[in-house]
Amino acid sequence: MSRIIGPLARLATLALLLALILKPDWFVPVLKPFTENGAPVIYNQGSLLSLTLYHLGLVAIASLIGTALALVMGVFVTRKVGAEFLPLSRSLVNIGQTFPPVAVLALAVPVVGFGLKPTLIALVLYGLLPIFENTITGLKEVPANVVEAARGMGLNPTQQLFRVELPLALPVILAGIRLSVVINMGTATIGSTVAAKGLGEVIIAGLLTSNTSFILQGGIIVALLAVLIYDALSILERRVARRTGRLAEVAG
Amino acid sequence: MTEASETAAQPLTARLDRVGIVVAVIAIVGMDWQSFATLKPNRLISGQGLSLAQSLPTLWAAIGIALLSIATIVAVLRTGALLRLAVGIGSLLLLAVLIGIVPATVVPPDNSYARVSPAAGFWLMAFAFAVLTTDAIAKLQLGPLARLPMLAGAAIAVALILGSGHWDGLSILKEYATNAQKFWREGAKHIELALGSLAAAVVIGLPLGIACHRNATLRGITLPVLNVIQTVPSMAMYGLMIVPLGLLAAWSPLAASLGIRGIGTAPALIALFLYSLLPVVANTVAGLGEVRRSVVEAAEGMGMTKFQRLFQVELPLALPVILTGIRIVLVQNIGLVTIAALIGGGGFGTFVFQGIGQAATDLVLLGAVPTIALAFTAAILLDAAIELSERRRL
Repeated sequence: MSRIIGPLARLATLALLLALILKPDWFVPVLKPFTENGAPVIYNQGSLLSLTLYHLGLVAIASLIGTALALVMGVFVTRKVGAEFLPLSRSLVNIGQTFPPVAVLALAVPVVGFGLKPTLIALVLYGLLPIFENTITGLKEVPANVVEAARGMGLNPTQQLFRVELPLALPVILAGIRLSVVINMGTATIGSTVAAKGLGEVIIAGLLTSNTSFILQGGIIVALLAVLIYDALSILERRVARRTGRLAEVAG
Repeated sequence: MTEASETAAQPLTARLDRVGIVVAVIAIVGMDWQSFATLKPNRLISGQGLSLAQSLPTLWAAIGIALLSIATIVAVLRTGALLRLAVGIGSLLLLAVLIGIVPATVVPPDNSYARVSPAAGFWLMAFAFAVLTTDAIAKLQLGPLARLPMLAGAAIAVALILGSGHWDGLSILKEYATNAQKFWREGAKHIELALGSLAAAVVIGLPLGIACHRNATLRGITLPVLNVIQTVPSMAMYGLMIVPLGLLAAWSPLAASLGIRGIGTAPALIALFLYSLLPVVANTVAGLGEVRRSVVEAAEGMGMTKFQRLFQVELPLALPVILTGIRIVLVQNIGLVTIAALIGGGGFGTFVFQGIGQAATDLVLLGAVPTIALAFTAAILLDAAIELSERRRL
């Protein structure tokens, strides 16, 4: 049963999302009751498609930079050279995650000004924390005897890292990336308050002009997008986990 | 590197602390930075940077640079963790004192428009010594309970400095002076929203979690739904809450008279409550799931009823995990309340978004700094509570 319901629900969600972005006019009859005094029903200050693509692009770039930085740092502090930084990094990650994303965004504005820059900085900085944390956890959880066996097989430290440790840690790292992407989707939305382009614009326009129809459009698109991305990354994660599960059996 | 140079270099590198080197680099860059403080002609015009020497009387600048240099040297050398902790805290205090002296030095007494605020150099040094302090705490392996007195100490220090009026010349406190009444009102609102939604989530989420623990079908439906809710970005969630509540207020005069409207506290509270449910329910399920079968059976064997077992055995054993969920919720909510200001929910976010709107940095800080302090305090307090509950369990 659930094997059919899952994909069907996904497909329906995706279809609804695409319709909302590409054919917003279809929803006029539904959204009409939410407007007053003949205000426009469909967002008219820019194309929803370009805003969506911009939003996704921003999140993708920030997540890529964040992932790269977090991976390098995570690998560094779990090697012998960086071991001295491990307790500090753990504390800093914990402290960093108590900072609200919106505060990071607001504090970046005085430093770099309005627009894309503060949003990108906030997204990268805040987004790398869960990935960094999970990279450390994932690498630390690799059983010592597996690494030992790899060394016994004559793998050098680089080979051990890329062929054994990172693949085994991948599911945990991916969970961090998923968390980071979801947080970044939300922070990118708030980025519209500091004049970054993105889907938050639609919601803000609705709030400013008390146009509930805009709020609904923006809110539903952002929500569906976040849910679908979260879902897709979860599926990827499960696939990888299943594969490394087998890998671990062979290696162990 | 050849082997000979390696052995020759070892005595020196063995005496250096790697974290300390990073701290020192940041601190030295901060000390040399052209702006220790910023002087602005008024609150909106962008200002001019002043170096440490320019912003302080000569004597204070000399004392400051000398002490901070000594602190930097202590950081670089391999020294005991306790000394490093003391030096880190001492340097932060020194910076706090120094920045308070700046306004009286650079602003003529009759000028009430000029604004002085800490600038990049100050923040870099503060960051460097905060890292030194954090590293020392991590090395000392101070548990959450041991951090409580440090939190209290920090709170007392800040209260003393604020109370003495030493910082009154700084722009963020000038901003506070003009918003004092509103500050405490929004602060109370902020805490009310964060704690209110948490309380609601515990009242509903705990029984729901217990039910999910016992019933796999319910668990299979509830957790994925709550997961999806958690995924929805906060601004979208607040926006979506406006619609049903607005309709409710329009159709039911009773709801409207109760203060339920599309905009304001009600949608903020409901959105926060929805976000809070997942950590509470999921951690209740996980905590109860960790209670060993044999313990439950032993309780059964002692003739405990189902209720006694739940309240006297299972819940106390699951408490640390449940508290971890509550910690996640509280820290998360304190941050999310900020965004509620966009839909008129109030809280410190009011200052943040007003400040962003007016491009007034000081106003943004007036909202952001207390929010961060609140989240931080909540995290330390709950970490201590978790540790206490773990100890009691043993």
